[in-house]
Amino acid sequence: MYIPKKHEPVRIGFYICHCGVNIASMVDVKEVAKYVGTLPNVVVSRDYKYMCSDPGQEMIQQDIIENRLNRVVVAACSPMLHEQTFRKATEKAGINPFFFQMVNIREHDAWVHTDRLEATRKAMALARAAIQRVPLHKPLEVKKVAVHPNVLIVGGGIAGIHAALVLANAGKRVYLVERDPTIGGHMAKFDKTFPTLDCAMCVLSPKMAAVGSHPNITLWTYSEVAKVDGYVGNYKVVVRRKPRYVLEDLCTGCQECVEACVYKEPKFRDEFNLGLGKRKPIRLPFPQAIPPVTLIDPETCIELKSGKCKKTCLEACGDRKAIDFKQQEELREILVGTIIVATGYQIFDAKRTPYYGYGVYPNVYNALEVERLINASGPTNGELVMRNGQVPKKVAVIHCVGSRDENTNRWCSRVCCLYSLKLAHLIHERTNAEIVNFYIDMRTPGKGMEEFYNRLSEEGMMLVRGKVADVYPDPTDGTTGRLIVQAEDTLMSRILKIPVDMVVLSVGLEPHPDSDKIRRLFNMSCSSEGWFLERHPKLAPVSTFTDGIFLAGCCQGPKDIPDSVAQAGAAAAECFSLIDKGHIEQEPNTAFVVEKECSGCKSCIPLCPYTAISLLEDKKKAYINEALCKGCGTCVASCPSGSIVQNLFEDAEVFSEIEGLLAPVPV
Amino acid sequence: MPKPKIGIYWCASCGGCEEAVVDLAEDILGVVEKVDIMFWPCAMDFKKADVEAMPDKSLVATLLNGAIRSSEQEEMAHMLRRKSKYMIAYGSCACTGGIPALANQFPREQILRYVYEESPTTVNEAKTRPQLKFAEAGREVTLPELRNVVRSLDQVVDVDYYIPGCPPTPKITKAAIGALLEGRMPPKGSVLSPDVALCEECSRRDSKPTNVAFTEFKRTHQKHLDPQLCFLAQGVICMGAATRQGCGAQCPSGNMPCTGCFGGTDRVKDQGAKALSSFCANIAAKEADEIDQTLKGIPDPVGTFYRYGLAKSLLRRKAGLPMSNGK
Repeated sequence: MYIPKKHEPVRIGFYICHCGVNIASMVDVKEVAKYVGTLPNVVVSRDYKYMCSDPGQEMIQQDIIENRLNRVVVAACSPMLHEQTFRKATEKAGINPFFFQMVNIREHDAWVHTDRLEATRKAMALARAAIQRVPLHKPLEVKKVAVHPNVLIVGGGIAGIHAALVLANAGKRVYLVERDPTIGGHMAKFDKTFPTLDCAMCVLSPKMAAVGSHPNITLWTYSEVAKVDGYVGNYKVVVRRKPRYVLEDLCTGCQECVEACVYKEPKFRDEFNLGLGKRKPIRLPFPQAIPPVTLIDPETCIELKSGKCKKTCLEACGDRKAIDFKQQEELREILVGTIIVATGYQIFDAKRTPYYGYGVYPNVYNALEVERLINASGPTNGELVMRNGQVPKKVAVIHCVGSRDENTNRWCSRVCCLYSLKLAHLIHERTNAEIVNFYIDMRTPGKGMEEFYNRLSEEGMMLVRGKVADVYPDPTDGTTGRLIVQAEDTLMSRILKIPVDMVVLSVGLEPHPDSDKIRRLFNMSCSSEGWFLERHPKLAPVSTFTDGIFLAGCCQGPKDIPDSVAQAGAAAAECFSLIDKGHIEQEPNTAFVVEKECSGCKSCIPLCPYTAISLLEDKKKAYINEALCKGCGTCVASCPSGSIVQNLFEDAEVFSEIEGLLAPVPV
Repeated sequence: MPKPKIGIYWCASCGGCEEAVVDLAEDILGVVEKVDIMFWPCAMDFKKADVEAMPDKSLVATLLNGAIRSSEQEEMAHMLRRKSKYMIAYGSCACTGGIPALANQFPREQILRYVYEESPTTVNEAKTRPQLKFAEAGREVTLPELRNVVRSLDQVVDVDYYIPGCPPTPKITKAAIGALLEGRMPPKGSVLSPDVALCEECSRRDSKPTNVAFTEFKRTHQKHLDPQLCFLAQGVICMGAATRQGCGAQCPSGNMPCTGCFGGTDRVKDQGAKALSSFCANIAAKEADEIDQTLKGIPDPVGTFYRYGLAKSLLRRKAGLPMSNGK
């Protein structure tokens, strides 16, 4: 490795990229090259159409050898894109890669200006800033940090399940943490799936069972991540396991305890069936729940509330001794190298669109409730019977409830058009009811989706293009709860008032109300809507801005099952990529405390977002754990005695850069 | 062999630095034994013309205290620079501008108007101001001009060493003179006090909690100060962490927080900015209005964080005011 000797003169090569016309159309690259050529220490200064191309990189390498360059500055696009390219190119020619400096004159200049002269001046100033900085650069080394091979997956919906199986099948140890008592997520509640109309549980339950029995998967349901510390490759995670009052390793899932409960009949709101059915205090959420372990609700269980129950459940459990009324919350600490966040979504609360009468008129349902009503394992065993005991003869399906709406959520929830068609088909199939779909636009992208739409529209359902304005009781009807749906048919330009027995609201998808808490926990970013933000919308769709933390499924934005599964596979692949490489290369822009200069004032310690700083108790000096440091610079800026130095951002380098930036330019 | 000669001179300062030399007490005898004090207008009768008559570099050192704010001080600084082998900035004002440099927050005209016309104790109905020249009966007398900007000594002449403090303590003064006489001088430009922040030598350091998380700031007269606990833990601004040591933590020992007179460490370009960035980062509140509420406890941030260093700071002068000498 070439390391310039202290007194060896600095020899800089400067290269400015046209980026086709991206830069050259707004910046006079020839003028900039000519100007930089006149600056001190600059030995060669060239412009080239595509610096990132092989010939572009070779030009740098050749100059390094022929002109004995020991510093390289490239003015081109964002370092996010090509810093690594040029670092590697300079390294190949025998120079420490940190003697290279990149100047962003595309995103920071050409793309954001309209005055060519001003943009050229700015490019000159930015280039000179780098030219004044690189002589002070020091050779640095990339450090390697081992990646812990275990993976944490947060969320046991289809995305989390799929990712867990992909990883576990390849021999990786997976911790799957789910907030609810069972995995399965929303998909476990669906009846059939579009566009194939295959039964959701038929395809999901084998995967759930596989997770439950997989030797490489530690499944923690009814649990939440409480704390995340550490960094890529070495995350220390604390998981809070809520008490089920039934011991997982002893329960066989026989449900004799449920039978034996002192409540002879189910009496309480059944969460899994969205309150359409009833359950007992001790219950299994649904027949195929994984793990097949019952749990007791402390809010309704007599024993847990008052300690005065006959405890018939305990008797029924007998020698299995699985019921433990004294079970406490547990905190488990695990070490993982990578994390997949697959926390899903919630459905839009239709009460926020009061003109549709949800929660007021009993015959208005949201789509997920209808999924449960037509599901064979649902509260009505698959028969579509309304709250009044009747089978509907005419049903309205209202699209875009809480989607594409200025007053609620602006985004398109992507799945509603298709699930609305699916529900229309299924309701018709079960009840022979007449169905009217009210839609704004019919959006059916994706494989087989348009064909699905065409097939279903030929079944004779009525499709009305128009937004429903109001749902109100039919004044001519006394007892059955018949409703009038009022909408403008925008294709026929007329107002429709259609009497129906049942209204289905196709509610949109929205982020969990606690998504901000989850975001902070994992140090991720959110879009303005609250969906977790991917690192790059096209090229890093499952990565986050925190290394080693990936996204899968609807927590990143509304998507259908195939896309969730695809994303889960991609997130698993990203984990593999880190685990199988075995180490991560750490950017050497870390900070360090100059021990003899530190006064031990401790100002820096609480400020570090990565808890990388501690006080050496014997010496009373601050110390930065290099492996934890992410190079954010907070401690450097706040050290009141200037005793913390950051590699690549030393004070002298930064001041020299600022001076270069502010000096006048010739044009 | 003749004894080495030194000079001591006083520019824009309060006189405390002169007092600090006297504070050497009987040790001054040791100094006088080894050197001839050739020029010390405050204490000895030796005229400017006498020094001017001496060959250049005939003084081994001049200890010059005070900032430079008048044409006369400028002239004396240049003259003493010529006559001295080493020019030593003695005390905060010479080193970094000191208290007089707080005047850089205001235009010269505003200062003159206040002092000669508006201050509550001034009676000057004719609004008479000092003139640079005044002639009467064929004789002309002159006064030095007040410059636009208050400067540290090294903003006017080349300075070899800095002895910081308001005033410098006898201990570092003695050590500096000792080093000078024995020819053990560090590299040119050095500040002659240890380059580590004060906390290290402060007896209260270990009582500072790791996370001070300021919820309010109090000034020293607003509360009873605990004699042992770190001032920051009491919500009182102490500049110790941003100030170089060498004073022996005298103020904290006297139950007063450090006000920063020794200046920042060599690594720091702007002591005030460093202190600000450290304190502000440690404010507990996260919302803008709550932060503002906390910061109300610091009514004079420049006077708090730049009390001794405004002239040498990156701020230097209130924005928009003239930087020239104002001739």
